[in-house]
Amino acid sequence: MSDTADTKQMAYIAAQAADARVNLEIETEGMTLNIGPQHPATHGTLRIVVRLDGEQVISAEPLMGYMHRGYEKLTEVRTYPQVTTLVNRIDWLGSFANEVPFILAAEQLMEVEAPPRAQWIRTALFEMSRIANVVLFLGDMGVQLGAVTPVFFAFRDREFILNQIEAVTGGRFHPNFDRIGGLKDDLPKGWIDETRGVLKRIRNFCDEIETLVVGNEIFQSRTRNIGVIPADIGLSYGLSGANIRSSGVDWDIRRDGGVGLVHNELDWKVWTHPDGDSFARFWVRLQEVRESCTMIEQILDGIPSGPVMAKVPRIIKVPAGEAYVETENPLGVMGYYVISKGDLTPFRVKIRSASFNNVSITPWLLKGVYVPDVISILASLYFILGDIDR
Amino acid sequence: MIQLSSPEETNEEEIEIPKRDDAREDLIAKLKDDLGESLVATEIIAEIDVWARVSKEAWLETAQVLLKRYNMKYFNFLSAIDWLPSPFGRDMDAQVDQPEPVTPEEMTWGTTGGETRFQLLARVHDPENHLGISLKVDLEDNDLSIESWSSIYPGADWHEREVSEMFGITFLNHPNPVKLYLPGDFEGYPMRKDFALLARRIKPWPGIVDVEDMPGEESEEDEVDA
Repeated sequence: MSDTADTKQMAYIAAQAADARVNLEIETEGMTLNIGPQHPATHGTLRIVVRLDGEQVISAEPLMGYMHRGYEKLTEVRTYPQVTTLVNRIDWLGSFANEVPFILAAEQLMEVEAPPRAQWIRTALFEMSRIANVVLFLGDMGVQLGAVTPVFFAFRDREFILNQIEAVTGGRFHPNFDRIGGLKDDLPKGWIDETRGVLKRIRNFCDEIETLVVGNEIFQSRTRNIGVIPADIGLSYGLSGANIRSSGVDWDIRRDGGVGLVHNELDWKVWTHPDGDSFARFWVRLQEVRESCTMIEQILDGIPSGPVMAKVPRIIKVPAGEAYVETENPLGVMGYYVISKGDLTPFRVKIRSASFNNVSITPWLLKGVYVPDVISILASLYFILGDIDR
Repeated sequence: MIQLSSPEETNEEEIEIPKRDDAREDLIAKLKDDLGESLVATEIIAEIDVWARVSKEAWLETAQVLLKRYNMKYFNFLSAIDWLPSPFGRDMDAQVDQPEPVTPEEMTWGTTGGETRFQLLARVHDPENHLGISLKVDLEDNDLSIESWSSIYPGADWHEREVSEMFGITFLNHPNPVKLYLPGDFEGYPMRKDFALLARRIKPWPGIVDVEDMPGEESEEDEVDA
């Protein structure tokens, strides 16, 4: 860890010295730049106070709390089935994925297992919320760097995925569909064939983005070698998901020890990238969308028949105990530490959200970079404000 | 795990063999050697999870040992638990919160037990062998302060700031001990159990409709056994 940190530190000092020589000739002094909380380049209400020396960032301090909704406190006065309504709104682009780890934790405490069909449909919806979430990132990254077209493609094609989610759950953004012991309902008629068509569209979208954005020279020059995160430092900050896989860490909870979902019965691949820069983070996410399409296609072929709900009491009391379950959500690892005292409500729920850890690296990462890179680094880390503030 | 749903598997009589979890057993055995007396209590749920409760003095050492010797490079989260039973009542029949505190129940603790009202809860993970451990430490009421982990896991920085403002726990040698979410002049510690949730003081229990028994429905106990 110290080696890489030192290299970065030395580069920063050298750049400072170079700037100081310039500053002797042109009198400049440090300035404070406030980005947000309502700046178009930030996603939602993130505010970053950046101290600048010329064009270079001396320190960056994210200030949060503009959207804190106190979900951890609220879960203590909600029954278990009601909690999914709250946690839907943590990462609002991939809502269904938020419900899954909480439900799995409750199921673990109750020693209930969802029937196979429910597990397969869960996995399909889980991956579909990943597509809905990450497709928007792939388009939005272009906007941050000055290319407006990709985001229109993203919104256009995401709508088809949302329609499919809506057809099953009744909600475009907040499905609230997962239940302790299974799912609220079975798939509607004709859904499987329609979904195959939608997945083709998403694959086309990925190809479009690859030719439009990834091969673009401006895009490459603004993301290659920008915001490099070494694997060890990323891990010590708790980075997860595509952010850590793009630093070469081959770790995906869907493959390595995930519970409750059926990823291990499918044939797919974990993508990593050795570079750890903004480009790598974009590239890994692009591949993951394709991989999600592959997974859903296999699920559509192989969904077992049977009930979608296990037999659970109508009034759910969860036995006393503690459980921590995490899943590989669109933004990274999301986990719930649930403490039950045998009541209708959880005693305490610790929500470990991906973006909170992912953004906590920014004070380290932004030190020494130039102003335009701040935007591309923040965009490539890809966070959602609801996932930071909870 | 009981598969309530699939009768073809549940009707086979299965003799409960207590599962052994070698990786987690090994981890605890080695931790006992390394930490000695400081390891207060441990618990393993085979093939699911492992917990360890350490003494307050060994909190920083535990992090060092886990990072250096057990390759627990991945910092997952750090939080706290307030074990005080809610003085505002958790009774589902209550239409409104009692304005004055109800008779406090006895304090009970969860996995690995406990002795004090506040416990710190942290989790680290080994990304190569896919093994995680949850750690707990007791904090005495009269001295709610503990060494910061941020020198070992830089990611603990923000988590400790959150715990500090939400529970009122002080972290010693923290690089930037300011509030994270709350405004600077906020008074009180919102995540403590005796901090009233204002919405619950003025509105009836939000879930009251959902949990009423339907007329003529059997009580829940009858439905449990499948």
